Amino acid sequence: MKVTILDYGAGNVPSVERALQRLGAESHRTDSPAYISKADALLLPGVGHYAALVRALDENNLRAPLVDAIHRGVPFLGICLGLQVLFKSSEEAGQLHGLNLLPGIVSALPSHVKLPHMGWNQLEKKRDSSLLTGIAPGAYFYFAHTYAALDSNASTAATCSHGAEFTAVIEQKNIYAVQFHPEKSGDSGARVLQNFLRRVA
Amino acid sequence: MSLAHRIIPCLDTDGERVVKGVNFVGLRDAGDPVALAARYNAEGADELVVLDIAASRDRRPTFLETIRRVAAELAIPLTAGGGIRTLKDGRAVVRAGADKVTVNTAAVERPELISELSREFGAQAVVLAIDAKRAGDHWDVMVRGGKESASLDAIEWGRIGVAAGAGEILLTSVDRDGTQIGFDVALTAAISRTVTVPVIASGGAKSPEHFVEIFQQAAADAALAASIFHDEVQSIRTLKEYLAACGVEVRLPC
Repeated sequence: MKVTILDYGAGNVPSVERALQRLGAESHRTDSPAYISKADALLLPGVGHYAALVRALDENNLRAPLVDAIHRGVPFLGICLGLQVLFKSSEEAGQLHGLNLLPGIVSALPSHVKLPHMGWNQLEKKRDSSLLTGIAPGAYFYFAHTYAALDSNASTAATCSHGAEFTAVIEQKNIYAVQFHPEKSGDSGARVLQNFLRRVA
Repeated sequence: MSLAHRIIPCLDTDGERVVKGVNFVGLRDAGDPVALAARYNAEGADELVVLDIAASRDRRPTFLETIRRVAAELAIPLTAGGGIRTLKDGRAVVRAGADKVTVNTAAVERPELISELSREFGAQAVVLAIDAKRAGDHWDVMVRGGKESASLDAIEWGRIGVAAGAGEILLTSVDRDGTQIGFDVALTAAISRTVTVPVIASGGAKSPEHFVEIFQQAAADAALAASIFHDEVQSIRTLKEYLAACGVEVRLPC
């Protein structure tokens, strides 16, 4: 079993690879549609601008194979922008379309707090979550973002707050996603990645 | 439930080794960056900053290799900088494993550098380092390692830098740097209340009380220090326990 990391040039790919390596998981990166179609498990990292991710998916013809794989039930983990792209669209690039696998849109966090939301914050669990198995209440995770899914919905397993409550953990069938960076979140983050790997195995 | 105040150790390097010294004078070796990074990662540091204070062109490949080796030790974010003059320099640092890039003198000379980096990597990856020095009723921006005045108001420069796309400010008080008499509360408060992005206070820290003061009185989002951590004057774990006992929200290591 191997985790296929969608590599479209996002800054956090090497750290995601290292984090998986520390857990003894095999991974390989690809920007090829063929590899995505064959993947056992998919991981979409992302940091930076929403438009960069969406354009990279479209320019490399990755959108259709990715959506197909998710529909077929291939376990998927989205990180940061990889969570945001699951929704219909984002205010960060209103003219572009997300993957539209979850209802709702991504909006800017309110401007009365310091933005980006940068640093370590805690989660509020909304329901049982396999990604958060073994995570102590009050554990901190590292966030670095300005936009977020402000409307939580049935897929929301946990939220976080910075000026407003937003979706921090998503679990819906084979779709898993986190707004924080598990690869940068110390032991707690490693546990989340390990929990995903368990779902895959 | 809210955002924790961050404690950030800083490794000033000559590209390869961690060095110590005030204003580049009397530099002495303070250790191996990889070993220190591993120690801080384990002790509960919230982030790590690695700077190339020599920033000489021909030693750049050595510094990039240092970033790669340091990044391999970390499960926390890494910021790197020193001598970043172009988008290409920034790219090299990110590719080597840094999550954020700091810019300083080159951004003062050409503020578009901030926008270029921000467009490519996002504002959350661009840290504007401001070295500020008291000049009468305001603070001057200092460049070239804190030695030369840029004749620019530090608070105004912070505002401009954020508008250009910086996602965070690393604010060093040149007056306090190396003194160990405490952070510059007035300077940090002035910037922190003006800009809309997180502010990292730096320069002058020694005791745990200095950290309480900068978080409670100056609204700093993070605090950075170097030698007090390297020399084990202050352990990160003990410091965080002290902050928590004083009611400052921090991420306590498990």
